[in-house]
Amino acid sequence: MLEIKDLTHWYGEREPGHGPPGQPALDGVSLRVADGELVSIVGPSGCGKSTLLRCVAGLITPASGAVVLDGAPVDRVPDGLAVVFQDYSRSLLPWLSVQDNVGLPLRKRSGGRAGRMARAERREVAARALETVGLAGAGTRYPWQLSGGMQQRVAIARALACDPALLLMDEPFGSVDAQTREDLEDLILAVRRQRDITILLVTHDIDESVYVGDRVVVLTRGPGRVRADLPVDLPAPRDQISTRELPAFVHLRASVGRLVRGQEAPAAGKAAGPAAGPPGAGS
Amino acid sequence: MNGAGVTLGSRRGRGRFPRGPGASSPSGPGRSSWRRLVPLRRWVVLAVVVGIWELWTEARPSSFFPPPSQIAVRMYHLWFSGPAAHLFLTHDAIANILPSLGRVLAALAISAAAGGALGLVLGRSAAAARVLDPLLQFARALPAVTMVPVFIAIFRIGTQMEVATIVFGTIWPVLLNTADGARFLDPVQVETARAFRLPAGLRLVRLIIPAALPKFFAGLRLAIALALILMVFAELAGSSSGLGYEMNNAQSSFDMTWVWATLVLIAILGNLLNALEQGVEHRVLAWHRGARQHGN
Repeated sequence: MLEIKDLTHWYGEREPGHGPPGQPALDGVSLRVADGELVSIVGPSGCGKSTLLRCVAGLITPASGAVVLDGAPVDRVPDGLAVVFQDYSRSLLPWLSVQDNVGLPLRKRSGGRAGRMARAERREVAARALETVGLAGAGTRYPWQLSGGMQQRVAIARALACDPALLLMDEPFGSVDAQTREDLEDLILAVRRQRDITILLVTHDIDESVYVGDRVVVLTRGPGRVRADLPVDLPAPRDQISTRELPAFVHLRASVGRLVRGQEAPAAGKAAGPAAGPPGAGS
Repeated sequence: MNGAGVTLGSRRGRGRFPRGPGASSPSGPGRSSWRRLVPLRRWVVLAVVVGIWELWTEARPSSFFPPPSQIAVRMYHLWFSGPAAHLFLTHDAIANILPSLGRVLAALAISAAAGGALGLVLGRSAAAARVLDPLLQFARALPAVTMVPVFIAIFRIGTQMEVATIVFGTIWPVLLNTADGARFLDPVQVETARAFRLPAGLRLVRLIIPAALPKFFAGLRLAIALALILMVFAELAGSSSGLGYEMNNAQSSFDMTWVWATLVLIAILGNLLNALEQGVEHRVLAWHRGARQHGN
C-alpha cells in the first residue's frame, strides 16, 4: 500500500549541482510496505529516520524521489493517515481536554446543519478511541494532568480516532520510562490486531524494533540508506517476557544491533533493496 | 496549589478542573477558616497606612492631606448618598462617574478587539508585519496624551475624542503582545496541525488564538493601567462631564478634600477594572496555569 521510491532529501537550500550541498539526510531510500504490516525503522542517530517519516506523511517535500500511497503520489499530507509524535506534551493542546484533543481532527469533517449531532458523534468516537488505549475515564481531564505514558496514549487515541489506514509513529516511546514503554508497545500490537491498519514505527530502540515489528528496516548513518530489511520471524501474540527470551529474538536483535552499529554486512537473503526480501533462514 | 490548578483563596468548592493525579485538597475546619482569612490579609498593610495617615492628620492638620475619614465622608456625600432606586448613586455620580466608566470600558473594548485582531494578523503574516512595521513603530512612539489636540481637532470636544485618545494609547500593548503571542507558536503544535490537516479556520480558533491568549491578556493588563490615566487626561483637556472634569473643578476651587475624593475614587475604579480583568483571565487561562504548574 505504501511505496517509497529512491527518496533523497537534504536540509539547507541547495540544489544539486548548484554549489555545495546542504546537510544530507536521506540518500535514495526505497521501501515497500504491504497492507497491515508493522514495519520498524531503526538506525543510528542522524540516519534520517524522522525525515523519512515526515516525507511519507507529506510534511516535507523530498528533494527527489517519490512516496506513493495506495497508488497516489504524496505531495501534501494525504487522507487516511495519522501521525504520533515523540513529544506528546507539546503535541497535545493544553487548552483542550483530553476528549477534545482526541476529537479535534474529527472536527474538520463536521459542520453545517449537522453541527450538533456531529459533536455528540465526535464525543462518542473519541470515547471509543480512549477506551482502545485504556483511558476510558480520562476524557474530561486535561493533558497536563496526566502522566507521560497516559499523554502518549491520548496522542495514540487521537491518531486512531481518525480511523487511518496508515499510522506513522516517530519515536513514540522515546520519552517515557521503560515499563511504560513496554505497556505502550503491547498497546500498539493490540491495536494492530484489532484493526486493519498499517503501521510505520520509527525508533532508536533496537529491542523495540524487533519486538513489535513484522519487518525491521535498518538505515545507515546519515545520509540514510536502507542497510538491511529483515523479516521478524517471531510467533504472535508477542509477550514482553517470553518473546524476548526466545533464541530467535536474541539472534535477530543481535543482528540488528550489529547492523545499526555498522559492524555487519547484510547477509544474503536479507539484501538491502527496494522490496522486502523473502524470509531468510534466521540470522 | 493543588494538582487541579486552582489557587488558594479563590474558587472554593468544586474547582474548574476535575482533580488530576496527585491532587490533594486541604481539609478540616482549622484549615478552612484560615483560608477564609487569606483574602483579608492582603489589605492589612493598606489598612495600617490609612490608619497612620488618619492619626497623623488628626494630630497635625494639613490642608493638603485631609484625614481619610473626612475623605470617605465627602465621597459618601458626593456620590453614594443617593436614592436606593439609583443604587444609592447621587445625581453627581450618575452625571460623572458613569460617563467616565463608559468611556473607559468602550475604549478598552475597542482596543481589545482591534488590537487583538490586528495583532493576530501581524503575528501570523510576516509580510503584513514587514509592511506595517514602520508605521506602527512611528504611531506607537507618539504619547497618546500629545495626541489630544489632534483628536480634539478631528472629533471636537466630547466623548468621541476621549474614547479616541484612550484607544490610541491602549491599543499598542494589546496589539504588540498579541502579535508576539501569535508569531511564535510551538513548532510541534504547528506540525501536529499540519499532520492532521486541520483547516485554516480550525487552526485559527483552536491553535493560534488560544496560544496567543496569555500574551493578549498581558497586553490587556497594561492597557487597563493606561486607560484610566488617559481617561483623566483626556477629560482634563476639555470636557463637560466625567471624573477628570470633576477633578478639574475640585482643583480650581482649591477644595483638597474633593480632589482627594476623586483621586481615591479613580484608584478604586482602577482596582475594580483590574479585578474584573483578573477574574476573566483566571477563568479563561485556567489551563495555562495548570499546564505551567505541571511543567509543560
